[in-house]
Amino acid sequence: MYGYLGIDVGSVSTNLVMMGEDGAVKHSIYLRTRGKPIEAVQAGLKMMKSALPSKIQVAGVGTTGSGRHLAGVITGADIIKNEITTHAIAASNVVPGVQTILEIGGQDSKIIILRNGVVADFAMNTVCAAGTGSFLDQQAFRLNIGIEEFGPLALQARVPVRIAGRCAVFAESDMIHKQQMGYNVEDILAGLCEALVRNYLNNVGKGKEILGPVVFQGGVAANAGMKRAFEKALETEVIIPPYFNVMGALGAALLAREATSRKKTDFYGFEVAEKDFKAGGFACDGCPNICEVVEITESDRVIARWGDRCGRWSDVLEQKEKIS
Amino acid sequence: MIVTYPHMGYMWICVKAMLEYLGVEVALPPPTTKKTLLLGVKHGPEFACMPLKLNLGNFMEAAELGADTMVMAGGCGPCRFGYYAQVEHAILQDLGYRYDLVVLEPPEKHIGELLGKIRQITGNRSWRQVIKGINFGYKKAWAVDDLERMAHYTRPRELFHGATDRAFKTALAEIVAVRQPEELPAARERAMAIMQNVEIDEHRQVVRVGIVGEIYTLLEPFANMDIEKKLGEMGVEVDRSIFLSEWINDHLFMGFGRNVRSSKEALKKAVAYLGHFVGGHGLETVGNTILYAEKGYDGVLQVLPFTCMPEIVAQSILPRVSQDLGIPVMTLIVDEQSGEAGLITRLEAFVDLLARKKRFREGLA
Repeated sequence: MYGYLGIDVGSVSTNLVMMGEDGAVKHSIYLRTRGKPIEAVQAGLKMMKSALPSKIQVAGVGTTGSGRHLAGVITGADIIKNEITTHAIAASNVVPGVQTILEIGGQDSKIIILRNGVVADFAMNTVCAAGTGSFLDQQAFRLNIGIEEFGPLALQARVPVRIAGRCAVFAESDMIHKQQMGYNVEDILAGLCEALVRNYLNNVGKGKEILGPVVFQGGVAANAGMKRAFEKALETEVIIPPYFNVMGALGAALLAREATSRKKTDFYGFEVAEKDFKAGGFACDGCPNICEVVEITESDRVIARWGDRCGRWSDVLEQKEKIS
Repeated sequence: MIVTYPHMGYMWICVKAMLEYLGVEVALPPPTTKKTLLLGVKHGPEFACMPLKLNLGNFMEAAELGADTMVMAGGCGPCRFGYYAQVEHAILQDLGYRYDLVVLEPPEKHIGELLGKIRQITGNRSWRQVIKGINFGYKKAWAVDDLERMAHYTRPRELFHGATDRAFKTALAEIVAVRQPEELPAARERAMAIMQNVEIDEHRQVVRVGIVGEIYTLLEPFANMDIEKKLGEMGVEVDRSIFLSEWINDHLFMGFGRNVRSSKEALKKAVAYLGHFVGGHGLETVGNTILYAEKGYDGVLQVLPFTCMPEIVAQSILPRVSQDLGIPVMTLIVDEQSGEAGLITRLEAFVDLLARKKRFREGLA
């Protein structure tokens, strides 16, 4: 039995997906990155190995997310791709004919417009993280409710309170104000969802033609309140795919299947989880740019370097995949 | 008198050749680096655009090398750049630098004003000599631009990673070393030969992207974070809408040079969307986007420094051009806060979009 492994190392979560040859998800893992991407990938691989039948053979590996190069280097990935492409690939496989993808993750949010199955346009949040998962997380914590309860509670709202959503800081003070005024928690939560949706549509979705089917994915899609707020604002049904929180990893696995169609995988095997990797860095003193060079070592052997503008350090190592 | 001027890509090569040919002593600022930017950010006004900050840093670093006369370009359009020479000079004076300022700008009343400024730098050399010097500089700019164009072609097609960059460096050194106009043609041949020796795969499928936007961020690799190199390595053949030699021909020689691409064509095209001069290269950005679409390019990238008014005007028009002509356009705004990782992700995604679209279209054809 063959499987394809997709790894998505994001700012907040690290996700792994094992996909069968037919594109079906065999197993998925959602972990917190906690600022230690290497450890998160290793822990994920360990969990993945123990959860799968021993006869499964990994035929391809793809990595994505902001830590994609790091994850790619330590696992020997066949393909390293940015998260916009992987999300689009996954969504169009799960929901054929999808025309709009709303994606809200831990620290970024994006909108991807597809036409005829091809990405036609996209946008990412640029300077503001209001409306992303981290903010919701923080507000749930402030209100002393678990993030899991956030959605169900918001659904119970009868009259959502209007909250200023332009900026996370102002949203928070406005929310506190509404609390002091005596509004109940459900209405405030629902109001928060609506404010974030407004902010998202104004900042990220600005000027884009949002046509159905609309898919909503990323960690925040777990929040039923957000789904309802989107449906209300867009006046259309919003589809949440079954593996909404690991779509990036699923897309990476799909791309890995494509990349290994005519070659053998470069995957180093699950033993990677046991190896001793270290990420270090130093400031190059070759010129006044003083580039901060990142160096990944495996048992004291340098396996990858990046971060130098001129290629003085990164070009020295022979690399299979060009680190862009 | 030791003259200095700010960096803008490879402009230093042609200006240095011209000034040194005329016997003017030049102190070239060290290449623009993070240190330059830090100096400029520290002493420049925050809401000025990145070019001002980098200019300022260049002048401060050049002063350490003994420069005492700063030459800046001026202007009189809506773009704030026209005033940068004076602002930078004032900031430098406040910081205690003693610079004489020479601003080269279109004369207000009489051509004599400009000629007088040039005299200030060149002293009492004959006008014939001065014109010969300017021509020498122009020819060098022309040679450098040709090398850049060759690099744009070979980089996405190179067989060995980094081969184009290494060849470009040696080829450029050939042009830089020339001190007399008579030696230039031979050096140019040698440089071209070096570039032609880069091993390439001519049949490789590449995506073609046109780069439009504000001149400084287009020409200065430090400001645009080596966007041409990054795209080239992703398998993209780029074409830049502005080259220094074309700009010189358009603005200094009034378009006399033959067989040179001129911005006039772009300006004519822009009229359909924007019928008014907006300063800087706003009109050219709109016009060139149309031209790239007509020439069958796969996509267009607009690059501008944060707070650049002319380009913001163009940016708000580009979505309509993109929709009407069916060419994907992405805008990248750069300043001292720009992160490289975010830039790479956006570039990668944009290139993926173009490549998949191209494959899809060719599949149908």
